[in-house]
Amino acid sequence: MTLAPSRATRSAVGSETSRGRQPGGRRSTSTTAQSRMGAAFVSAYGLLLLIFGIVPAIYALWLSVTGPDGSFVGVDNFVQVFGDYRFIPAVLHVGLFLVVWIVALLVFVVLLALVVHAVSVRWLSTAARFVFYIPGALAGASSVLLWLFVLNPAASPVSGLLNALGFESFVQTIAPGNLPGVFAVIAFWTGAGGWIVIMYGALNNISAEIMEAARIDGANPVQIAVHIQLPMLRKWISYMGVLSLAAGTQLFVEPQLLSQASNGIVGNDYSVNQLAYLYAFQQSNFHGSAAISIILLLIALVLSAVFVARGGLFEKD
Amino acid sequence: MTLSHSPTVGRRPRRTLTFGQVGGRTVTALLIATFVLFFAIPIVWLLLATGKTTNQLLTENPFSVGNLDALVANWNALMGFQGGAVLGWLGNSAFYSVAALVVTIVVSIPAGYALALSEFRFRRLLLVATLVIMLIPNTALVLPVFLELNTVGLIGNPLAVILPFSFFPFGVYLTYIYFSTSVPRDLLAAARIDGCTEFQVFARIAMPLAAPVIALVAFFSFVQNWNNYFLPFVMLPSSGSYPMQVGLTSLLSATPAFNPSSVGAASIELPTLALATVLSVAPVLLVFLFSQRFLVAGMTAGGTKE
Repeated sequence: MTLAPSRATRSAVGSETSRGRQPGGRRSTSTTAQSRMGAAFVSAYGLLLLIFGIVPAIYALWLSVTGPDGSFVGVDNFVQVFGDYRFIPAVLHVGLFLVVWIVALLVFVVLLALVVHAVSVRWLSTAARFVFYIPGALAGASSVLLWLFVLNPAASPVSGLLNALGFESFVQTIAPGNLPGVFAVIAFWTGAGGWIVIMYGALNNISAEIMEAARIDGANPVQIAVHIQLPMLRKWISYMGVLSLAAGTQLFVEPQLLSQASNGIVGNDYSVNQLAYLYAFQQSNFHGSAAISIILLLIALVLSAVFVARGGLFEKD
Repeated sequence: MTLSHSPTVGRRPRRTLTFGQVGGRTVTALLIATFVLFFAIPIVWLLLATGKTTNQLLTENPFSVGNLDALVANWNALMGFQGGAVLGWLGNSAFYSVAALVVTIVVSIPAGYALALSEFRFRRLLLVATLVIMLIPNTALVLPVFLELNTVGLIGNPLAVILPFSFFPFGVYLTYIYFSTSVPRDLLAAARIDGCTEFQVFARIAMPLAAPVIALVAFFSFVQNWNNYFLPFVMLPSSGSYPMQVGLTSLLSATPAFNPSSVGAASIELPTLALATVLSVAPVLLVFLFSQRFLVAGMTAGGTKE
């Protein structure tokens, strides 16, 4: 919790209110009328937070430790889920996908942001960022569907490339060993551009004096990137890493659609979230489904909470 | 971007490029070119594919331009699928997204305002909870919310999609940041001295100033709702109530090129499926074309600048 920097930021942003006033001053000006209004104004949001944030989490937790008859069964549901022959493979699938995807994000997003930032031709830099960012509009099923075309050598715009890599048919492209890479490419294609644009913005915030000083000291562009720009990007890089890690564990729509498109060659139990879905919808085992959901939710919560507590990227007050 | 960012503007004039610099520039150019192609090719190809016949799509140059007749034929084939189901799905998407957007605005703007400018019990707790939930992926709560709504019998009801969509902590956080940094407190205090009630201060002073953040919250809410697949997939079992994202999977199942068991009267050809994909993203794509600054402003909001 870095209160001091965030206050500094607040005034740096140009808030007229904090100018010449103690940051804590607001509390003393607060009146009963204001606090009553405040409570009324947040009530609808508080209600939604309760109904669609906290209650479902607690209900899922309760389901995960009870049996079909409502009795407390401890960790039995978790033991059953862990023992499911599909569970460990699903975890491995998602883990492998995460490794490929996160590494690709860390390497290429940072590299491309640095490179695009170093381009001195203004229109080229702007155009490149625009092209990188547009695929973000295609999320979810639309982006997967588009990639089904691209990965199908019969229709693909890059069928030559696919053939060169040894893929002659759709079934070959989506062979089990390729899937983590395939999902990583789809996720990278959709999401990397937004992050590149953000990193680019962060690079623009590095003061020109620092860059100039480094250059006068004889640093070349690579040295400047490694010793000045990368350390300055650290927070944003970890933000991207944490959010992507949390989002990636949820892998669902990509394997779900691919399973459908491949007529079952890719199983519909490929990812952990799909397994949770199958428990609820195919086996009507809500308790097992809740157990898996709780595990996934816990991973996301821990990542998010640690980041909020340690990151200093967000202003909490 | 200022000139000082350019690696070539320094002590060395442009003409005396060393061997290393030439190499560096070549690598840079290659890297950018490769990734521009990587990001652009699928979209360009998809747009072109909508104007071709299946035969053209499979045999011609991938970047050949089709013709209007084929586009019209594809359009008719798509609209004919299950008696015009696609229009219904697009309508559902619009209904769910816009209804949730309206609720989100009505709920989030006052909440963010109150969090930023007033004191009340549990304020800090609410703020931290908002921040934590905002950072967890929105799919993480889908199955728990399903289990909850299932017990109260709301599954299949449009509310089962609209209400969870309307819970949008990110919008509240954006509003909170906006009001705590951009609205002068002295202005609000002056309005109070002039005799405004608390509600009047909000409605007459704060709201008119909040137009930019309302637009921002609306943008993010709409894009996220329109593109959401998992939540409606789980909540809405019947085809008639699908949004377009879920409807796409029905089209995919009916495409023999991917699913050979679907050959029949109601089958979908590849260019028709491409057209459906374009339609499914058209509204968001249009918004995106004009909103890069918007998007970045939102994603970096509240981030401390170093």
